[in-house]
Parts: sequence; C-alpha cells; structure tokens
Amino acid sequence: MISGAQAIVQSLMEEGVQVVFGYPGATVCPLYDALLGSPIRHVLTRNEQNAGHAANGYARISGRPGVCIATSGPGATNLFTAIATAYLDSIPLVAITGQVPTSQLGRDVFQEVDTTGAAAPFTKYCALVKEAAQLPRALKEAFYIASSGRPGPVLLDIPMDVQRQLVAFSYPKEVSIRGYKPQFQGHPVQVKRVAAALRQARRPLLCVGGGAQTPTAKAGVRRLCERLSLPAVSTLMGLGVLPTAHPCNFGMVGQAGSPLANRLVRESDLLLIVGARVGDRAVSSPQTLEGESVIVHIDIDSAEINKNLGTTIPLVGDAGAVLSQLLEQPLGEGWPGWRQQLERERPAPGFARREQPLDPRWFLRTLSEQMAPDGIYVADVGQNQLWSAQSCLIPPEGRFLTSGGLGTMGYALPAAAGAQLAAPGRQVVAVCGDGSFQMSMMELATLCQEGLPVKLVVVKNQMLGLVREIQEDSYQDREYGVQLGSLPQLGQIAAAYGIPHRRVERAQEAPEGIRALLEAPGAFLLECDVDPREKTH
Amino acid sequence: MRRIVSVLVENKAGVLSRTAGLFARRGFNIESLAVGETDDPSISRMTIVAEGDERTLEQVEKQLNKQIDVIKVKFLELDASTRRELMLIKVNATPQNRGEIIDIASIMKAKIVDMSHSTLTVEASDRPDRVKLLLEMLAPYGIAEIARTGMVALQKGPEALRM
Repeated sequence: MISGAQAIVQSLMEEGVQVVFGYPGATVCPLYDALLGSPIRHVLTRNEQNAGHAANGYARISGRPGVCIATSGPGATNLFTAIATAYLDSIPLVAITGQVPTSQLGRDVFQEVDTTGAAAPFTKYCALVKEAAQLPRALKEAFYIASSGRPGPVLLDIPMDVQRQLVAFSYPKEVSIRGYKPQFQGHPVQVKRVAAALRQARRPLLCVGGGAQTPTAKAGVRRLCERLSLPAVSTLMGLGVLPTAHPCNFGMVGQAGSPLANRLVRESDLLLIVGARVGDRAVSSPQTLEGESVIVHIDIDSAEINKNLGTTIPLVGDAGAVLSQLLEQPLGEGWPGWRQQLERERPAPGFARREQPLDPRWFLRTLSEQMAPDGIYVADVGQNQLWSAQSCLIPPEGRFLTSGGLGTMGYALPAAAGAQLAAPGRQVVAVCGDGSFQMSMMELATLCQEGLPVKLVVVKNQMLGLVREIQEDSYQDREYGVQLGSLPQLGQIAAAYGIPHRRVERAQEAPEGIRALLEAPGAFLLECDVDPREKTH
Repeated sequence: MRRIVSVLVENKAGVLSRTAGLFARRGFNIESLAVGETDDPSISRMTIVAEGDERTLEQVEKQLNKQIDVIKVKFLELDASTRRELMLIKVNATPQNRGEIIDIASIMKAKIVDMSHSTLTVEASDRPDRVKLLLEMLAPYGIAEIARTGMVALQKGPEALRM
C-alpha cells in the first residue's frame, strides 16, 4: 500500500512525466513530500499562474501534456488564468490542485474555494477526487482527455486527506470513457466531397489555425500546398504551420493581419479551413462569407463547425489524419496560375530600417532572421504580439508561441521557460512589451534557479501601447491609465538577477545587440526602445 | 423553436451543475430541466426543454456532446414523444368553494392529495398543456404555493435512448 500522494507521483511517472511546474502550499504538502526523491523534476515558479504558463510552453514544444501543481484557495485561483489561457488555445495541461480535507469541504475553511465549480467553464474536464483508490484512474483519464481529441486543460482537485489515504496502486492499462470518443479519421464520404469541391475550385484558399500545429498536420499542409500550388493564409495560432517564406504563404488574417490575406479570404471561391475556429479576431464578420464561397471546415471539434461560420462541407477529424486522407484523393492539377497571380500582388514588407526611433517590426524581423533555424519565438500580448506576428520570420523548423485566444499578458517569459525545459538544446526567445514583462518579471528568478538560457527581449515604450492605440483610435486620443511611469531600469533589474543586459536605442545598435542576445551562453535581457506612438496598423 | 433534449449523463457529483452551467454560459435559453437516475444507477437522464433557432439548437447538441460526462444526446420530436409534467398546487379553499375546486380537479383527472381549513393541495401528472390549463382554472381561487418538476419525455414506440 502506498499513500494517495505517492500514487499521484507513480501515475505521473507511468505517464512519462519528467518535469512538473508548481508552487507548494499546505494542502499539497503530502504530494510535495512524495515528489521528494522521485525522478520527476519540480520547477518552482514565483506565482502559480506562471507555473501554468510554463506547463503550457512545455506542452507546446514537447507535444505532451504539461503538468502544473498549486495549493487550494489562492493557489488554485492564481492558476485559473493560466488554465483559461490553455483552454482558449487548446493546449493540453494536467493541473493538480490541493484541496482542504474532505471532512471540511464546504465550510469555508482556511484557503478553501470551490475549485472545480469555478474551473468548469474553462477546463476540458475537471473533477474532485474524493478517494485515493480513484487516483490512478483519474490521472490516467486526465492525461488521456487532455491530450486526445481537441487538446485542453484538465484539472484534478485532490483533498489533502485523500493524498494521505493508503491505496493499493495499480495503473490502468486502457482508458475507455463512454461519453468521450474523439473522432480521429475523417469520414471517407466527406473527404471525397472535399476533394470534389477542390477539383472544381478556381480560386481556392487554405486557412490554417492552431489545430494544424502538430507535426503530421504541418507536413500535410506543406504537401497539399506544394503539390497543388495552393495559396494559404494563417490565423495567429496557425503562424509557423507553413514557414513564413514559403511561396504559398500569403500571411496572417485578422484585425492585425495583412490586407492581402484578409482580401483573399473574401475573394476565394473555396475556403478550406483547417484547425481554426474562425474566431472574431481572425474573421470579424464571418456571416458575410456565407453563400459567397464554398466553406470547407476541417476540425477535430465538431462544435466549432457552424459555430461562427456556416459551413458547406463539414469534416470532423484530426487535421493531420484528414489531410493525409485528402492527399490520397485525386485533387486535380492545382492552381499554379492563381498562385502566381497572387505572387504579383504580394506586398513589400510594411516596415523598413529607420534609425531612431527604430521600427519595432524591422527590429523583430531582424531578430528573427538571426535566430537559429529551429528557434522558438514566444510572443507576449500587446503591441509586441502583433508586431511579432506581422514581421517575425518563422523558418520550417521554427515555432511561434503566443497566447492567442485569451490574450494573457505576462505569458511569454514563463512559457519560454517551459519551452526551454522541453527543448534544452533549442534557442528560445521571449519577446515582451514593458507592460507584459512587468506582469511576470518575477520569473527571472526561475530562469536563474533552473539555469535556463532564455533570451528576453523587452520592446519598451513606457506605455500600455495597444490600449493607448485603442484610446487614440476610438476615444479621441484621450490617453488614460496607460503610461507606465516609474519604469524600473531594466538593466538594474537584470543585474539584480545576475542576467546580462543590453539596450538598443537606434537601428545601428540592433545587429550588435541581437548578436549579444543570441550568442549569450545563458539568459540575456535585450531592451529595445520604440516610439510610444508607434501603432500596429 | 422549442425542443426537448434528452441527455444521458454520468450519475456523478457536479455533472448537473456543469451541464446546467453550460446553458447559462453559452447563452442558451432553458425552459425546464428535469433529472433523475435511470435503471442503470450509474446513469442519470436529463430532460431539457430549450428554446432557440436551428443553429443555436445545433450548438446546444454539440456543446452537450462535448462534455466528457455526457454519454448521449437526443432531440425528441414533440409529437413523437410522450410528455409529462408533475405539478403540486396548494390552492386557497373555503368550505363554500371547496366543491368547485374538487370538480375542476376531477374534470382534469387531477387528485386532491392534502387539505386544511383554508387550502386544498392538488396533484396533476399530465401533458404540459393540460397542466397549464389546470393551473389557469385554479388561479382565480388564489394559489398559496406551487411546485413543478418540469417536463420529462420519452419517445413513442419501441425505440429507446440507452447506453
């Protein structure tokens, strides 16, 4: 017999978990006691929210669920923002929260909140585990649910006494949940319909989203585009599915996207959407597309089909699996003429070298061009995110991570830490604004403590720039509550953690600064001054 | 459009609130929700009467199916299903009008299940439209209190919604 806490650790090991991110408290002390001496590496963050974001970055790079742990009450509520972030971006997480002992549940005792009640709307699944005997199955199911179908966060709330109960441990081999049977392969009839529609299309357009970020889906997208000269656009979450410089890639759609990409969405006669949910930031008025063109929607979550956009041909299944099926169909000769016609309309980059104040897009482009071919670019939220999305160059083996759906400021630094732990040999660059950086800069301590060589870039304008932009555009330029006064000297902040720092104020200093950043053996902070009135459109 | 949704769910703590919460947070209108254990004690059956256009109802079905604890979802056609609602009404009654109320109950095939000096309690188990009619007939006497289950329904014929 082992304790419930030991059963949790055993289960994590059965799942192949090597790293967990967390912040301890009284109700997870039994679990921490069991983690001590286990081969699992625990990474202490400086706030539970960042443990969740780190698990998110870890999951996106490792392709396996990220695990995060928090105590009951404030630990759990701090974690919620990270769980909601993962939910909106369909990132697999297994979150374990401590809970007050079962005998005290519902009495509003110290550090008690109704964790599962509060988390239900933004978890794929959550459960309160009331007996240690249920723990192995609960964990098995949690990992299965988090990582299969449309991935997402699963939360298990485990009271302290349950962690102490004794249990005869046996880990289930199989999992079968009668209410959950995700469909992996696409229906053959629908696949044939899509192929037939494609053969008839004259101006088709592929639109890829976050659902196409798996290795098989990425390969499928490339093969489809290359075989047929099929023009493609991407949502924010789909950036990097096709390399930025791919001849079939015509940029990002959405409010902050390229005018050509948005025009193509409206002008195509067949829109093939793969793993994108047609969110409001990607397509602002999807209804206008209905009836105008043939809409093919491939998604693993049938609830996304017809939710925001009426669909002509729905096709439920895993993006990678469905694309492989589609590629086995006769698809015609493709559209080299259509792609070439668009090539002539491809706009020149909307940014250029400008000495001072430098153009953030030029700077971020230059940065991304210097990054390693398999580098991981993590963008925070705010103007920096949109500038990054508009300008950064993602090579075939590169990745672009950001909080797309929830738009959680402070995401980049902890997510980069998680990504770095998942891929110790890869270059990880986190790009933040000075607002978002200050939301999670306590995690510099985590970088130092874990020896993570994350490269930090703070695009600094002493302003909450994106809100300022909204105020300029929609509130008669009445700037309020957006000036980041008393901004600390970032060099001194970095120095306090023993992290080298450099500042770029002019374009001519950029190459040297970027080289110092990327060649530094450990963590590095590069500060880049931009004009507070610089806009994203 | 008004539709009846029959939902088989895991009979576990939290499932009812999560399912009901789904309607609230997705902005679906819900007219009634009745839930009870089935012959298989691990499964509960919910009968939900929901209102919305076709696209909304499609979303209702898909979002319900997406819940891990939801096992099966089926829309029941109004005229192809047997629908019942149970209502208990405590109606004000004086010795003078007690007879009239008993008459109404008897015409409507409802039962008198309790009485006091000033009230009668009527039990009706019937089609929703007949329960509504009974309520209208009794309202003029003054209703002290009322309890209703909401609609439950099964499809007519041999077909069954089961695991």
